[in-house]
Amino acid sequence: MDMLKRAIASDLFWSFKRSPVAVISALVAITLILAAVFAPLLAPYNPFDPASLNLMNGFSKPMEPNAFTGESFVLGTDDQGRDVLSTILYGMRISLFVGALAVLFAMVIGVVLGLVAAYAGGRTDAIIMRIADVQLTFPSILVAMLIFGIAKGFTPIHLRDQMAIWVLIISIGLSDWVQFARVVRGAALVEKSKEYVEAAILIGRGPVAIIFKHILPNVLSPVLVIATISLALAIISEATLSFLGVGAPPTQPSLGTLIRIGQGYLFSGEWWILFFPAVTLLLLALSVNLLGDWLRDALNPKLDD
Amino acid sequence: MALLEIKNMVVEFPGRHGVFTSVKDVSLDVAEGEILGLVGESGAGKSTVGNAVLNLLQAPGRLAAGEVWLNGERIDQLSQSKFRSIRGKRISMIFQDPMTSLNPIETIEYQLVETILTHLDVSKKEAEQRAIDLLDQVGIPDPATRIKQYPHQFSGGMRQRVVIALALSVEPELIIADEPTTALDVTIQAQILELIKDLCKSRNLGVILVTHDMGVIAETADRVAVMYKGELIEVGDSDQVLRAPKEEYTKSLIAAVPPSNKKIHRFPKVALTDSDGSALQDFDLKGHWLAAGDVHDATQGTLLDVKNLSKRFLVQNAFLERNRRYVDAIKSVSFDVKAGETFGLVGESGSGKSTVARVLTGIHPATSGEMIFDGKDLTGKSGKSEAAAARGDIQMVFQDPYSSLNGRMKIGSIVAEPMVVNNLTSNKEERDDIVADLLELVGLGKDAARKFPHEFSGGQRQRISIARALATRPRFLICDEPTSALDVSIQAQILNLLKDLQEELNLTLLFISHDLPVIRQMCDRVGVMQFGELMEVAETEAIFEAPQVAYTQQLVSQMPKFSK
Repeated sequence: MDMLKRAIASDLFWSFKRSPVAVISALVAITLILAAVFAPLLAPYNPFDPASLNLMNGFSKPMEPNAFTGESFVLGTDDQGRDVLSTILYGMRISLFVGALAVLFAMVIGVVLGLVAAYAGGRTDAIIMRIADVQLTFPSILVAMLIFGIAKGFTPIHLRDQMAIWVLIISIGLSDWVQFARVVRGAALVEKSKEYVEAAILIGRGPVAIIFKHILPNVLSPVLVIATISLALAIISEATLSFLGVGAPPTQPSLGTLIRIGQGYLFSGEWWILFFPAVTLLLLALSVNLLGDWLRDALNPKLDD
Repeated sequence: MALLEIKNMVVEFPGRHGVFTSVKDVSLDVAEGEILGLVGESGAGKSTVGNAVLNLLQAPGRLAAGEVWLNGERIDQLSQSKFRSIRGKRISMIFQDPMTSLNPIETIEYQLVETILTHLDVSKKEAEQRAIDLLDQVGIPDPATRIKQYPHQFSGGMRQRVVIALALSVEPELIIADEPTTALDVTIQAQILELIKDLCKSRNLGVILVTHDMGVIAETADRVAVMYKGELIEVGDSDQVLRAPKEEYTKSLIAAVPPSNKKIHRFPKVALTDSDGSALQDFDLKGHWLAAGDVHDATQGTLLDVKNLSKRFLVQNAFLERNRRYVDAIKSVSFDVKAGETFGLVGESGSGKSTVARVLTGIHPATSGEMIFDGKDLTGKSGKSEAAAARGDIQMVFQDPYSSLNGRMKIGSIVAEPMVVNNLTSNKEERDDIVADLLELVGLGKDAARKFPHEFSGGQRQRISIARALATRPRFLICDEPTSALDVSIQAQILNLLKDLQEELNLTLLFISHDLPVIRQMCDRVGVMQFGELMEVAETEAIFEAPQVAYTQQLVSQMPKFSK
């Protein structure tokens, strides 16, 4: 309760209330996330239960009864008669799961390497940051594809579909850590020169405790901002990889996989198979991105007005 | 008729928590050829008055009421575009930081000539000649050559002279100088103040000198206006206000200023000033953990012996040794500190006094030399554990009360951390008790433990910093400019607290400051540093009454004199 009161009284919440963009995007993002989390309860069908599928329902138009079975689907069905609404809800789960874990993975690697680079300085700093620089010269989607390809080569064939999601998380995470490391290093260099760090050295704290107990909590606000914006990027990366066919397998379709399936039918008139997953992806990425933008402005008093 | 008249000025800053009135009904006037000193502590609204006159209030601040008259013309209602012909032309300003008031990518000549051409109707040739004359007038040697240079090629004091030349270049009627010497060393401060005084008299200018420093006011101002929390408390001739103040607030403010001419035992209790709400309580330390172990009486005579201590920093790294560049922050410094005394280190910026503190505490390793603390070698040559054991006895209070506390930790954890790290207590209850006692001891009260640093003022934070330093039961406390970021009334409280703690706990202090009057009040013996070298070590009174070295003589003669 105390925490909640403090949060409501905080300057951050005050600025949140005054920004209509932030409020709307938060509402959209929360609605989509909740819908994804509670997909098994909300979805009218389970698209992954072959027993519930009826091929006769294939290509039903949205809101119109099917010509053969008379069943009606809110957002229509795809070629195999799967309810598009249900596949979107389940697909969003996978997209968000992959995105969130990939960002978490990138964050842990980036923050730790950034802190170590800043605190140790010298050769350690040079090595870590040069690796980061080299990685930045490749588009992150290429890096992700490369890692994805290598990892796939090492997984046994019968495990590939099961492992695909985890390989996806690791490859997106590894392609994304650089910006965390850069920002954290910059912020940590500033913090490191402050007197409280000297005070901690003076009372006998070791480097590990100083890095994680003293410096880390003070560099978390930029990390929060990047994490939010990265979440949007990771969701898009995942969709891109899946769209290219190297991501989530058709048995566990993410939004990207759905878009890939749907684009085959775009010019034959079955527009809804592509359109609804694409709009969902757009809303999800846009709302999270706008939220991140607002957060960056709100946490940076220098950008005021 | 006065040159500038401010009538019933009210300045408001609307914000999230309601409207904050930072200047309340202030009326002032400045005559030609007069320096009006505007003094007050932080938050008094003195800079805001200057900014309001200049129409430079930061949004959302606004002039809510009142009038500003310049030479019989009302100027507070002019639009920004009309005001531009007044600001920088009829009224000039000098700001605190000469680094930021000059454009670093243009030559001095360009900046001066540009300003002259914008505001005065002269040819380019005349403007250039004028610029050189101005630099000459503000005391820059070889102005014809120096004018072609960039701001970074000038020292801090020279740069402030350029800023003054820039302010004078448009022949203003009034100059508003906001803390013009606060960023400068004492010897340069004296020269700049002398320059402002001369120019004011010779050109018949009006000057508003905004400052927190009573010494500066006493040296320069003809009249003084004292502000407190947005209100004008007292206006009068400098002599009258500083020597025989009428108002209670002025009296207590002046009482808190460390006198430069004599040593007093304690600062008088300051009434009415913006106290940080803390009072030192009588505290019986006998039998308490802090005084236990009676290590504190063990040593007599020399506690710390520093011999030929040097520290060199690498400023430019290179693969080959001969391409590397170093700076010698301290060069072969030797001194000793006796148990129970306060040893002062004084010097201007860059003299290496803070580096001495950081080498003694082990934050930076020494390059060469010896440091013997109570018989133990601090350099680690005779065993790291010996040095580490001795270091527990040495603690430090830092200069900046804002950056020296981790803003994400509660006060309780900050003060308890030294005990946790060094395993000084057996359990959490004991630790909490000691934290509560320490906070009581520095006059904050035990409830402070549950709060975060941002809930405290600068003076209170400095008390927390002292409590943290005491938590390892140190025998030797290094204070690195502990009050230079604080207002004068708060400074008096902190200095009193340090004196009390020293007596109670039998502490030995190393007190580092650039402020000579403060050094005189606090120290038994003083070392004077310049460019990394220790020029002179002597009893405090001897340093002030009969300095031996030329540099010390210069320092002492140029400190702002403020005697009551």
